[in-house]
Amino acid sequence: MSELIYLDHAATTAARPEVVDAMLPYFTEKFGNPSSIYGIAAESKKAVQHARDVIAGSLGANSEDIYFTAGGSEADNWALKAAVDAYKDKGKHIITSAIEHHAVLHTCEYLEKNGVEVTYVGVDADGIINLDELEQAIRPDTILISVMAANNEIGTIQPISEIGAIAKRHGVLFHTDAVQAYGQIPLQVDEMNIDMLSASGHKLNGPKGIGFLYIRKGLKLRSFIHGGAQERRRRAGTENVPGIVGFGKAVEIAFATLEERMEKETLLRDYLISHIIERIPYCRLNGHKIKRLPNNVNISFQFVEGESLLIMLDMKGICASSGSACTSGSLDPSHVLLAIGLPHEIAHGSLRLTLGEENTYEQMDYVVDQIVEIVGKLRAMSPLYEDFMKKNRK
Amino acid sequence: MYTEKVMDHFQHPRNMGEIENPSGVGTVGNAKCGDIMRIYFDIDENQIIRDVKFKTFGCGAAVATSSMATELVKGKSIYEALEVTNKAVMEALDGLPPVKVHCSLLAEEAIHAALWDYAQKHHITIDGLKKPKADIGEEVEEEY
Repeated sequence: MSELIYLDHAATTAARPEVVDAMLPYFTEKFGNPSSIYGIAAESKKAVQHARDVIAGSLGANSEDIYFTAGGSEADNWALKAAVDAYKDKGKHIITSAIEHHAVLHTCEYLEKNGVEVTYVGVDADGIINLDELEQAIRPDTILISVMAANNEIGTIQPISEIGAIAKRHGVLFHTDAVQAYGQIPLQVDEMNIDMLSASGHKLNGPKGIGFLYIRKGLKLRSFIHGGAQERRRRAGTENVPGIVGFGKAVEIAFATLEERMEKETLLRDYLISHIIERIPYCRLNGHKIKRLPNNVNISFQFVEGESLLIMLDMKGICASSGSACTSGSLDPSHVLLAIGLPHEIAHGSLRLTLGEENTYEQMDYVVDQIVEIVGKLRAMSPLYEDFMKKNRK
Repeated sequence: MYTEKVMDHFQHPRNMGEIENPSGVGTVGNAKCGDIMRIYFDIDENQIIRDVKFKTFGCGAAVATSSMATELVKGKSIYEALEVTNKAVMEALDGLPPVKVHCSLLAEEAIHAALWDYAQKHHITIDGLKKPKADIGEEVEEEY
């Protein structure tokens, strides 16, 4: 197999041809600034409004509650920092989970340095947030709960409706980082009592550099980027019209095919998981078996290190990722894998494979064969495996 | 990210394996940080390293530095082996990314640990050889 097998859709996806086609005119002949008065500007404005409507529709939200940003990280930063600022009279306490994306965690650390108190609620061995702990963490001065809809590394889907209900019962705002979940599973802001939701375009075959923050009407959140009056005076800067148009197109297609895609990817996911686990001893699935994103596989192989695994997979034309320290640029493995209770050495040997709709069963068979061979090769090289086998023989 | 030499040594590690009843063996690093190296020496009566093998749990750079370190000490005397520094290992690999420099330190330390074990077993003192640190992972982190 000489083709490239891309199994890192949680990192980013390719923009669909329909998305690129929809975007192109807005770079050239339809280049007008939506804020201007003449005809071509009006066309840009209309295109932005259409995308906003499509996105709002996918969440059961009002169009005027969708605010375009430069991506998921900006949306997360905005939600947390602006909520803290807007509700400082009520208090300075926020609650989040131990397994959030760094866009939320590092924002929380920043806020802590500025006098905000943050409670990091733990997760169980499958990565599901402890709801009792969450509810008990709420104090009179708690202003915000921020819990991701689904985890980017291990794919575990959080009980968003339950968290929304808890937040509502206590009169606390609820933000969810849905960057990884949006377009992969259904999310409804009213039913789930979501007050703010962050999403990104490039995770669902849209363009990079575009995202949005949903802000429920009535919230006092102020601007994060100051300047012009764009986005109802809440997010200054000339709209990224091609990006917004592409994002809208990607959302339209993603939601039209959502159920069918979920079903197909879940089967492919479980096929890949079961074949790896059957053929390789001393490995484990990370994350919940069922409550996980349809496209996420995360497996730890004992006695091997993730980066070595990734380089060898790359040489076989397979793109994947890992939670090992060496891929994070620090000496610590993924905070998510540690939070679900993995010992460091097992967290170092994790492999994340995230599927897309173009992936096939034939590819999975090839990938499993390659992983079997590579893990065998790395274990033969591993002093940990040598020690383990010697101990077992005794 | 890696030089061609690093990739070559990672893909085709030299001297990978173990030696039965080695003259000296040293293991350094820790699984917590994701790198463990073990080096085995077969040293003859003239204190020449007749054979050397390694096993490594770690990233591409960890494997490549172990492989290169074994190449640099093979056939050398124990005193020549003692002079092989992490810089020499890095240079021989045409360099390492800054975050991977600790792998070369680990390789140097693994050689020292194996020499220390040899010295202990044979009740000799090797001038200039210090007792290896049991775990260098944690403190090396501060160096970059």
